[in-house]
Amino acid sequence: MTVAIPTSLAEAARLLGEEPDAMLLAGGTDAMVEVNDGHRRPADLVIALNRVTDLRSWRHDPEARTVTIGAGVTYTELMDPAIADLVPALAEASRTVGSPQIRNAGTLGGNLGTCSPAGDGLPVLAALDSRIRLVSATGERTIPVREFMVGVKRTALEPGELIAEIELPLLDGWQGYAKVGVRNAMVIAVASTCLAVDRLRETVSIALGSVGPTIVRCDTAEQLLASAVDWQNMSLTADTLNDVRVLVSAASTPITDHRSTAEYRGHAVGVLAGRLTRRAFTIDGATE
Amino acid sequence: MTNQFFTLTVNGTDHEVADSWLGESLLDVLRDRIGLMGSKGACTQGECGSCSVLVDGRLVCSCLVMGATAVGQEITTIEGVAPVGAPSDVQQAFVDAGAVQCGFCTPGLVMAVHDLLERSGSPTDTEIREELAGNVCRCTGYGRIIDAVRQVSVNRSSPDEGTS
Amino acid sequence: MSIDTRSDTGIRPGTIGDSTLRPDGVAKVQGTYEFSSDLSADGCLFGATLRSPHPSARIRSIDLSAAWKISGVEAIITADDVPGKKTYGLISSDQPVFASDVVRYVGEPVAAVAAIDPETARRALAAIAVDYDILTPLLDPEAAIDGDHAPIHPDGNLIRHQRILHGDPDATGDVVVEGTYEIGMQDQAFLGLEAAIAFPDPGADGIELHVATQWLHEDQKQMAACLGFPEEKVRLVLGGVGGAFGAREDISLQVHTSLLALRLGTPVRMAYSRAESFLGHVHRHPATIWMRHHATSAGELVNVEARFVFDGGAYASTSSAVLVNGITMAQGPYRCENGRVDGYAVRTNHLPCGAMRGFGAVQACFAYETQMDKLALACGLDPEEIRLLNAMKTGDTLFTGQPVLNVAPVEECIRETAALPLPDEPVGGVALADGSPDAMKLPGGAGRTADASDIVRGIGWGVSIKNLMYSENFDDYSTARCQLADGVATIKFATAEVGQGFITIAAQIARTILGVDDVVLDQIDTGIGSAGSTSASRQTWMSGGAVDAACRAARERLFEAVGAQHGIEPIRLMIEGTDVIDTAGDLRVPVVEASAGLEIDETFEYHHPKTDDLDENGQGNCHTAFAFVAHRAVVDVDPELGLVKVVQIATAQDVGNALNPLSVTGQIEGGIAQGLGLAVMEEIIQVDGVIKNGNFTDYLLPTFLDMPPVLATLIEQPDPHAPLGAKGVGEPPCISSTPAVVAAIRDALRQAGVDAPLDRVPVRPSDICI
Repeated sequence: MTVAIPTSLAEAARLLGEEPDAMLLAGGTDAMVEVNDGHRRPADLVIALNRVTDLRSWRHDPEARTVTIGAGVTYTELMDPAIADLVPALAEASRTVGSPQIRNAGTLGGNLGTCSPAGDGLPVLAALDSRIRLVSATGERTIPVREFMVGVKRTALEPGELIAEIELPLLDGWQGYAKVGVRNAMVIAVASTCLAVDRLRETVSIALGSVGPTIVRCDTAEQLLASAVDWQNMSLTADTLNDVRVLVSAASTPITDHRSTAEYRGHAVGVLAGRLTRRAFTIDGATE
Repeated sequence: MTNQFFTLTVNGTDHEVADSWLGESLLDVLRDRIGLMGSKGACTQGECGSCSVLVDGRLVCSCLVMGATAVGQEITTIEGVAPVGAPSDVQQAFVDAGAVQCGFCTPGLVMAVHDLLERSGSPTDTEIREELAGNVCRCTGYGRIIDAVRQVSVNRSSPDEGTS
Repeated sequence: MSIDTRSDTGIRPGTIGDSTLRPDGVAKVQGTYEFSSDLSADGCLFGATLRSPHPSARIRSIDLSAAWKISGVEAIITADDVPGKKTYGLISSDQPVFASDVVRYVGEPVAAVAAIDPETARRALAAIAVDYDILTPLLDPEAAIDGDHAPIHPDGNLIRHQRILHGDPDATGDVVVEGTYEIGMQDQAFLGLEAAIAFPDPGADGIELHVATQWLHEDQKQMAACLGFPEEKVRLVLGGVGGAFGAREDISLQVHTSLLALRLGTPVRMAYSRAESFLGHVHRHPATIWMRHHATSAGELVNVEARFVFDGGAYASTSSAVLVNGITMAQGPYRCENGRVDGYAVRTNHLPCGAMRGFGAVQACFAYETQMDKLALACGLDPEEIRLLNAMKTGDTLFTGQPVLNVAPVEECIRETAALPLPDEPVGGVALADGSPDAMKLPGGAGRTADASDIVRGIGWGVSIKNLMYSENFDDYSTARCQLADGVATIKFATAEVGQGFITIAAQIARTILGVDDVVLDQIDTGIGSAGSTSASRQTWMSGGAVDAACRAARERLFEAVGAQHGIEPIRLMIEGTDVIDTAGDLRVPVVEASAGLEIDETFEYHHPKTDDLDENGQGNCHTAFAFVAHRAVVDVDPELGLVKVVQIATAQDVGNALNPLSVTGQIEGGIAQGLGLAVMEEIIQVDGVIKNGNFTDYLLPTFLDMPPVLATLIEQPDPHAPLGAKGVGEPPCISSTPAVVAAIRDALRQAGVDAPLDRVPVRPSDICI
């Protein structure tokens, strides 16, 4: 049993190519819980990614209007104003993750790799239609995040592939994230919502967490908003707002488990979507 | 590198770790292999912060770090905060403010408070609460701990006005 | 909250009334303090326990062969290997050391192993093959009561039934309110996980166990019986305790660890993980309580009828006593001449329940305080008015007929709480510099679920009564020894320090009585008589009383010696500061000098007055003493999402005499946090008898962001019955804080036009908004 600590993406990919069953370990905030609980015994090879500098950086491409984030960037780093100003919803989502200890270790790539429907960064990635670059010893490919997230803790990763980067488009418009948990800190999302406005294309994206096998996009609600929003004034009617809430709830497919009920989760995402919409737009006739 | 034998640098000293099994957390390596018992394990899920240490200057839960992956990093534990018998200002403030009851959460909290005050010299009450939310205490209800943090913050910003 | 510093109060530092710092504080902050899980020894092996995965099953066979083949496995034991009594228990010995024919709850121990390291021990457990014949579990307490289900234990499914009939139980009132209330299973969730290390005597005819526990001598007694040893061959030393809150009162790993050590002749350590801890100790009884309150139209209580059902789980533990606590205080801290209460503690295949801080009074309080609020509404009174109107006073009686002879400042508790200022920050707090709301001030916290306009603020009240010390003719005495020589007092006791700070006040008492500064605390072990349990808010009174009495006896010896030396009647002598002085003369001798060369050694066993059993109508003076407290909670609620944030809790608590105000504050704030936890987030969830959330991800404890500032007033009316005037303070904070928080949520919802009954704790978001 071996622990490898590569320092470059190429080396990590090579190691993984030789040993596709190897355990990839970044922040450990998901994987080590399973190891500690005895639910998971690491394979013969553990590839630690915490020293791969290629994965630890991010870049802004103003011409392409994208931000590309290395899979090893931590939640704390995502809250840094330099990147928070560019992708505020991701910074907001990062702030809801666990604690400083968890945020200092947990990574966006790890969040994607675990692919829990409750993953805090995932609704943001889905709402922004981000693209995931996957690298292996033999090549690479980039796929949309919605294609990457297949189901409950199931991704489209092929053997020998690891997540290298996440590319996010920079939109012109308001974006935000909200998450429901039973207490005021350190909670796994019982329901979460990301809303992102694109003024250029006059569209709104709404992505939901914890209410389906993977992140849910609310196509019908989004279509309604695209047509019903007064894009000159950035406003909409109270009736539209209410319709959005109903449609978002209807788009969710939540389950009942020991954390919450399907009924509550479906209700909650509707409320969250309504409030995010209210933050993004002016409601006609509303006094504030 | 094989897990059976590796070297960790803890509080400035190199420790050779032998007989570790793959997957053993840094917390277990610190306690069971190196004999540094100050960091505590109360949940092994990163939910309570009792195991908090610094790795390369970042506050993390040592129960979520695989020990063997911390090779070549600077690890600081509660034992490295201050010499025995000469507590740091944070540690003394905890004692003075009545912020210690059973004491199990205390080492992790001391680490977190030191880290917080490094990053933010005069945190507000709300900032203190948010930054320490990863450290759970079952005995104190947090009130005396917040007092301790405030006291250190005040003392550090006016160092020539006497000690607490 | 500001605490008077020593320099402000004129109290000699380190004595009674001073906020003396705890003597183990520096070791704890530096991480050098040894908890029981930090103890080890050369050549030590590691023990681990195999537990039942089923709530109810017959054991057909246990096959150890595969486990024995694992290299590094040194011992495996089962029920057949228990040399003495096969069962143990705090009240009745109904719980097997290891299950032999049946298992009765998920987590019941079936076997234990000792191996060279924890990983090998874990693999050995996985290799033990137990063949179970799964049975349908008994999970409905009502089925246990009405006898519809076959007994799941030879002692039967009904652990105890107790009725109380007082005055005219059929009395009715103009105003009647009733409700059925549910309290979920709370866990003590101490951070310091169970751990012990056992050292077998050579010849394996005795054992020394270092363990974190609440009652050394009770552990000793039960261990001796199971190990087949006389008690003096079983020695216990207190290992550092990382919190207890009732969960360490029952045996957990003591016998298992000892059996392994004795079998091998080497030290054996055992330590539970968090998941195992949830299975390995008792929990707070979940309860269903029906109540019907009758009152005059003016709001005065006429009659309280109640039916309590406590689900004790698979083994009896202290269920009988928990039930009595709950039902005997069913009227709350209120005067009422008539009562009819039926209480049942039942056995099911759920997790066993026993002591948790509050011990039955918590469940009762949620029910009766919710009833009082209903009464208030029905009578057109506000929550404070109805409570003031009915507030108990010294001399009033409980439904058991027992007069409350202690100081009973219920009215003062309410008024002083009401006098504490409400929060001056508005809902949502003060905005941040950029004008945006501070999410951390709103329900939902960092989740940013709400804006200030989505939130309503409510205020709620809770007032409670709690008995101190043990009840029903139980002599829970405490022992202390005081040695005085050369100005140093050495104090010995077996009182379990679990974080509450007894070691601090023990030294304060010694300094006050003897006039010394130097106090040495001897090791806490079974080398002295029992101190009773660290529970029932009893140690300040009982162990404080023992230390006080032992020190007074030592002081008498000192006065005799000084008197003999100077030809003065000892009765003229007293301690002033650190001197012995003659009250009728000029003599003044420092205690250090006066005690030079003396070897004073006094041991005292402190007993409280005898209490009665209850008769078949629940009549009898069964409790020892009582303490009171009031809580007021301010809670911000998001009615649409059902999320809450407790903004402030104010309290005035009847403490008698604050021996250490800082310690008392710590107990109050910590207890309130547990009450808040039960109100809105803490519950062990079992489905079909299987625990679903045995970890800290899903069993939620209040964090820094959940717990508000606490404003506390200490009501100090020294109790003439208490040896130091001081009442125990540990439990009251977690009793009426729960209904106060829930009442505040109801108040907020009413303002939002929502009438949610919230008759179950913990309140879940869906209870509020769906």
